[in-house]
Amino acid sequence: MILQQIFNGLALGMAYALIAVGYSLVFGILRLVNFSHGSVYAFGAHMVILFVGYNFGLAPAILLGVVLTGLLGILIDKMALSPLRKKKSPGISSLITTIGISYIIQNLLMMAFGSEKKTFPELFPNKMITIASAQVSSMQIIMFIASVILLLILTALVKFTKIGLAMRSVEQNEMISSLMGINTNFIIAFTFFLGGASAAIASILISGYYQIVYPTMGFVVGLKAFAAAVLGGIGIFHGSIVGGLVIGVAEAIAASLFGSAYRDSIAFIILILVLVIRPTGLFGKKGIEKV
Amino acid sequence: MEHITDKFNVEALVYKYRYPLGAGFLLLLLALPYLGLSQYVMRIIIMIGIYTMLALGLNILTGYTGLVSLGHSGFFAIGAYVTAILMLKLQFNFITSVLAAILITGICGFLLGLPTLRLTGTYLSIVTLGFAEIVKMIIMNWEPVTNGTLGLRNIPRPTFLGFSLTLANNGMYYLMLLLLLIITAFCITIQKSKLGRALHAIKENELAASMMGIYTARYKILAFILSAVITGLAGGYYATLVSYIDHNSFTFDVSVLILSIVILGGMGTIRGMYFGAVILIVFPEIARPLMEWRFVVYGLVLIFMMRFRPQGILGWRSALPFQIPAEKEAGQKRSGKHGISRG
Amino acid sequence: MAFLEVKNISIQFGGLTAVGGLDFKVEEGQVVSIIGPNGAGKTTIFNILTGIYQPQEGEIYFQGERIDGIAPQKIVMAGIARTFQNIRLFPDMRVIENVLVGTHIQTKYKLLDGFLRTRRFRKEESEKIQFAVKLLKEVGLSGRINDYADNLPYGEQRKLEIARAIATGAKLLLLDEPAAGMNPKESEELRQFILQLKKQGYTILLIEHDMNVVMNLSDYIYVVDYGKKIAEGLPQEIQGNKQVAAAYLGESEVEL
Repeated sequence: MILQQIFNGLALGMAYALIAVGYSLVFGILRLVNFSHGSVYAFGAHMVILFVGYNFGLAPAILLGVVLTGLLGILIDKMALSPLRKKKSPGISSLITTIGISYIIQNLLMMAFGSEKKTFPELFPNKMITIASAQVSSMQIIMFIASVILLLILTALVKFTKIGLAMRSVEQNEMISSLMGINTNFIIAFTFFLGGASAAIASILISGYYQIVYPTMGFVVGLKAFAAAVLGGIGIFHGSIVGGLVIGVAEAIAASLFGSAYRDSIAFIILILVLVIRPTGLFGKKGIEKV
Repeated sequence: MEHITDKFNVEALVYKYRYPLGAGFLLLLLALPYLGLSQYVMRIIIMIGIYTMLALGLNILTGYTGLVSLGHSGFFAIGAYVTAILMLKLQFNFITSVLAAILITGICGFLLGLPTLRLTGTYLSIVTLGFAEIVKMIIMNWEPVTNGTLGLRNIPRPTFLGFSLTLANNGMYYLMLLLLLIITAFCITIQKSKLGRALHAIKENELAASMMGIYTARYKILAFILSAVITGLAGGYYATLVSYIDHNSFTFDVSVLILSIVILGGMGTIRGMYFGAVILIVFPEIARPLMEWRFVVYGLVLIFMMRFRPQGILGWRSALPFQIPAEKEAGQKRSGKHGISRG
Repeated sequence: MAFLEVKNISIQFGGLTAVGGLDFKVEEGQVVSIIGPNGAGKTTIFNILTGIYQPQEGEIYFQGERIDGIAPQKIVMAGIARTFQNIRLFPDMRVIENVLVGTHIQTKYKLLDGFLRTRRFRKEESEKIQFAVKLLKEVGLSGRINDYADNLPYGEQRKLEIARAIATGAKLLLLDEPAAGMNPKESEELRQFILQLKKQGYTILLIEHDMNVVMNLSDYIYVVDYGKKIAEGLPQEIQGNKQVAAAYLGESEVEL
């Protein structure tokens, strides 16, 4: 029974990690918690059902959905956040702006698609596999493996490619990077694209698992992924993965012990505890405030 | 003060005639129920009043102190539920119930303020958001007390000396007005005292504030408590006004709406809270076809204001001179006690 | 015991010694300067004195009371106030309001007094405002009372920061590079101003690079480099000191 919950939790948790990485990417570069990430996540799944509805076929619909969601990330930055950076607005302004964006996306989805729950197409024919005493669905395995692969690709991209090097240098110091000839605007846009696209993939995987989408789906999942990012130390990739897995397993176990009504509260409680006890997370470094 | 009126200046004019203008406005508010407005309009006006109170509450935190709360629907819910439960299940009267609600929201405000010792910015906002979600989850799951997702019905109206306040006899309107005036007076007091200056200093530069001897952590927690108390009071009133509450009355949408009012009107101002509440409550009623767009508009308000007018529509730096009281009021004896002129 | 006595304080950040075993003292009514190259740990000393950082070793006594390890607010109440190298005013507040924030710890009324508009509230508010007006007049900012702090020119912002520190009722003022970015005329004005403060009985601990200000103003000078004291003495003694010259010119073989 407990093994079953752990399997369920690991599969979902890996997908949370994929969303959490989106928070980490943007935070790393801009020191900004992108509050709209949850609704970007919801946007991804809705684009897929839109294109499936127009008979694009599943694979092209997924591809389009991922690309469009990545572009939405860029749009958010260009339209709303980049002007604030140019004006050197205080942090509170970008926070409030991302809240506004999140709210707009969520409500536009609601107007376009209706607020009711819609079915999401089955990504793969679902089979149950028995491992030890636990039942694992093929979708869960795919969700886990796909997330792991994507996280590896993202890590490799940041660690070993030229553009990844540029991203890390912008993370250290945007102005100096720009003086070194790095097109920082492009790097920031690319980061938002990656964040959006990875959220869309996570969204497709999770929607494929539950086979349900609705406009407000990103609210709670976004907070859970944020909890995962913070738990691991925001801005730190492997931290997000550990965080995601912990949140996923914890909520699966909480749901089986106290009933599914409490499934979502566990992530909030973990989040608040981490923020209050150790805001830098498990793997975060403590910074010294410069006076 | 003659030199202010040298050139035409609305602010100076308003300031010059502030007493007649204030008296006129108050008279208008008092006479409002006798102007033949329909009950529908009166209801909207009462909703404006409630949201003005809520905005004044959040303003203490976001406007004065610079802390963004996304969890004020949680305080609103606690105020409403405590009042409703005490009135319904224990037959307490309105005043006792609301006082209890204020006490409990104050305690919750204190607890939610504790993380400010270590957190700022977005992290803090997300803790407040988590708080509101947990409050909602408790409401939905603690059935014996909150009646779960079914909500609480038939919450009685307040009665004073056997006289029941209703919408029809305008009692509810005058009660709203009374609460609103008390809260407004309270906020003016904060602004014009050392508390307001301390909170503003914390918002502007926390380190410099602590170097002035201000216990920044305590003041931030105090801001949370005061903000929560005002919001809880509005919640208690709201419960008896609508007589039916459930978890859907206290969603994230409520928190965002309150925040939008504060941002639109002008963070840190009092006039802005009235203005913002009027605009954002009236607008969906007037623009019926745009009703379903209203949430999108709230989001746009946040983005556009941050980009083009972060100080809010009615937020500006006053061009009026700072009011310096006449010398005679100051005790001559103490004024030379410290400072540069002691040597 | 001296007015301010610092005994053997040390602080490390991640293994790097910012201040190591530093001793110095300040007598009441004196102007004492701490000089040294950039990154020598001067501002760190101020941060330790004002309680922002806790020293890992050592003791600090102010007027005979031990003040290391206590809250920054208590240190202000004990009578030490500071200014900042990178000016930290309250930019969206008026000049007079900045000074009124400075009087915070001197203002005793409660919130309820304000709500009920008691005599105590009105009297104390009025007193503080009068005091602020008078103080601003004395520092030469009387024409700026109604301005917002971020509209002041640089030199006046520095003055306002000092006025705000004075308003706390402090007896010891820690001034962190007050002449930075000033032209010769402004820094001469500043020197006169600090001299005037000294005459009025204030004790001043100064971090400064402008040697004209330091040498003409200081009763005593400490020179630090790499968080350690490399010299101390009267201005004329420091001027002729080879080690000091070496530290400033960046010669590598300096005997400590």
